[in-house]
Amino acid sequence: MSFQPIKFYQTGTFTVGNRLLPDAERSVQSTVRRTNSLNSGHRACQGCGEALGARYAIDAAMESTDGQLIAANATGCLEVFSTPYPETSWQIPWIHSLFGNTAAVATGIAAAMRVKGRDNVRVVAQGGDGGTADIGFGCLSGMFERNDDVLYICYDNGGYMNTGVQRSSATPAGARTATTAAVGPNPGNPFGQGKDLPAIAIAHGIPYVATATVAELRDLEAKVRHAMSIRGARYLHILVPCPLGWGHDSALTIRMARLAKETGIFPVYEAENGEVTGVSKIRQKTRVEEYLKPQKRYAHLFSPKPREDVIRRIQEAADRNIRKYGLLEAAQ
Amino acid sequence: MLKQIEGSQAVAEAIALCRPEVICAYPISPQTHIVEGLGELVKSGELTPCEFINVESEFAAMSVAIGASAAGARAYTATASQGLLFMAEAVFNAAGLGLPIVMTVANRAIGAPINIWNDHTDAMSQRDCGWILLFAETNQEALDLHIQAFRLAEALSLPVMVCMDGFILTHAYERVDMPTQEQVDAFLPPFDPRQRLDPASPVSIGAMVGPEAFMEVRYLEHVRQMRALEMIPGWAEEFREAFGRDSGGLMRKYRTDDADTIVVALGSVLGTIKETVDALRDKGERIGVLGITCFRPWPTSAVRAALSHAKRVVVLEKSIAVGLGGIVSANVRASYGGHPDVVHTVVAGLGGRSITRESLARVFTSASHGTLAPLTFLDLDHGLVERALARERQTPHSGPVAEGLLRDVGVVAAKIS
Ligand SMILES: Cc1ncc(C[n+]2csc(CCOP(=O)(O)OP(=O)(O)O)c2C)c(N)n1
Ligand code: SF4
Ligand SMILES: [Mg+2]
Repeated sequence: MSFQPIKFYQTGTFTVGNRLLPDAERSVQSTVRRTNSLNSGHRACQGCGEALGARYAIDAAMESTDGQLIAANATGCLEVFSTPYPETSWQIPWIHSLFGNTAAVATGIAAAMRVKGRDNVRVVAQGGDGGTADIGFGCLSGMFERNDDVLYICYDNGGYMNTGVQRSSATPAGARTATTAAVGPNPGNPFGQGKDLPAIAIAHGIPYVATATVAELRDLEAKVRHAMSIRGARYLHILVPCPLGWGHDSALTIRMARLAKETGIFPVYEAENGEVTGVSKIRQKTRVEEYLKPQKRYAHLFSPKPREDVIRRIQEAADRNIRKYGLLEAAQ
Repeated sequence: MLKQIEGSQAVAEAIALCRPEVICAYPISPQTHIVEGLGELVKSGELTPCEFINVESEFAAMSVAIGASAAGARAYTATASQGLLFMAEAVFNAAGLGLPIVMTVANRAIGAPINIWNDHTDAMSQRDCGWILLFAETNQEALDLHIQAFRLAEALSLPVMVCMDGFILTHAYERVDMPTQEQVDAFLPPFDPRQRLDPASPVSIGAMVGPEAFMEVRYLEHVRQMRALEMIPGWAEEFREAFGRDSGGLMRKYRTDDADTIVVALGSVLGTIKETVDALRDKGERIGVLGITCFRPWPTSAVRAALSHAKRVVVLEKSIAVGLGGIVSANVRASYGGHPDVVHTVVAGLGGRSITRESLARVFTSASHGTLAPLTFLDLDHGLVERALARERQTPHSGPVAEGLLRDVGVVAAKIS
């Protein structure tokens, strides 16, 4: 792993830890160097995981590139809450074109920089899970396949949140959304194969793929830094809880993200050139109910009639992840 | 330098002379030879510095161009037909963002039924997307218009579409006068946008705009197009001085001065129309031609002035507004000072149907005799459609039309004649 886990992460702040660490290992957010790329004053909901993830990711990318960064942004919550005309929260050069073309727009920016001999200027593309796994999938795959020098960051909140919480191909099985109502014999999102985007990115054989959550922000920063040290197509998939869409208390965003990892529901790992090179071990294996219960999108699994059958299938999927990625083996 | 080359190759060479910095390529007939030609020029090192990107769709082609242009690079792509529709969302977006991208559209029909041959339905579907739309009459004009297009686009901060008839121009070997690099460099200064994506001065581009300012954004787009109407004739004049020939401008008149009947058309069919008009003139008919080069912005007052003496107008167009009639005609009618009933629509050449001098002479003559219908489909096979309509009356059902027609015609594949 590019990141050395440290024990005091449970405090939810790294201020204490940073004082104990050598300069080079300190969190970007803890230093005066941080750029506040996504500045305060934006319109995200309280406790928005996407806002948090974007702030950490882009600040880390800014630090790694010495401020020589351009971002392309898909339509979605991040775009809408950050740039209501005539205001903008972005302190970096930033463009929003469409919902489904962000990877291609980023390719164009990278091409412009190369042709102008400005290879030091780097490009980040970012979008939600809908903009990435669904409508922008073609452009994303094309960008990967050409190995364009772009870091694509997907903020996965498991649905089309900006349009009012509809199902996307990243919506987890069993979850209620506005288009997978919690009614009928099989309430919520049906079980299917799902679309495992990090695995699909790895299958492209691109230089770097990683997953992360907003519960381990140092890990997230480290992955962005590592990604920016590499040229070519890179993909970072960040799980970002959405209090509005998931129906959890806005104070529980970090806990939800942590539980997603600790249950095995969201495996955190990285891969280089098509091979998994490191996984974040589960510290304390947790049953999926603990993750599901605080979220209203799963309320129909607990009342009026407990749906143990559905919960078992969710648990089985989490256990499969644990086996597949070796999430429980002792850390080296 | 005079050359005998394919239209697509001529356009590729002209584009290269414009020093594009990012070119996005995706194949679709009849445009493909243009990007193939450019790809070779980049790969061989003749066109440098330039990034030639093989994208995965036309939607990506326009999107890559958007990113490149917003970051300050001169961007170019080419497409046709289904490709233009596939990129439609990004086409509007490029205009809304005010990015001076230049795109060739090698005009082709739109399916279903799928058809690779020429008409203007593709470009007409995007007529109100905010791009400037120029139509070339010849291969020489096609290559000249591209050189003017970059200048126009960058001065006005608007994208420009250069339309040239698929196959009829793109695949025709004709003599063209290829300008020198020095000539083009003198006419077309380097691209220097007033705003670009640059860490040195961070800007946010593409913010969400609500009802409080959206109308104003669109209004300013319209004002810029209106400004193009004023600038285009001057540039065509400047082009004539620099390159020694007439190309571009808003429109071109041919034997209209004393004409009672004026035919309005766009693109390569103007050549056939002019020959027909010459023949009719020899027989004493007072007929002339108005060729529209600039379809968007629409040159309302110039068209009105050009048609002011005409007793009747025949708009010959390779497009159809299904359920209405003509697209170009609707624009012409709105700018004709006389009675709108004397503006006739002749829909011709759809899907590559040949437009012959004989057929043209027939409709133009019937126009002067006052017997031309308001809407005519040139050389429509009435027998074929009547039989299809009869079948439909017998067994009303929904389903594809083309298959029944082809069975009737007795051929499996469509034929060009
Ligand atoms: C072509 C197109 N289709 C649909 C939309 C409507 N739309 C805008 S944002 C959005 C949802 C975005 O979901 P996601 O990408 O997951 O981002 P989130 O808002 O959840 O962060 C949708 C459906 C659009 N803007 N463009
Ligand atoms: S709906 Fe969800 S993703 Fe969107 S701003 Fe609110 S919390 Fe963030
Ligand atoms: Mg989402």
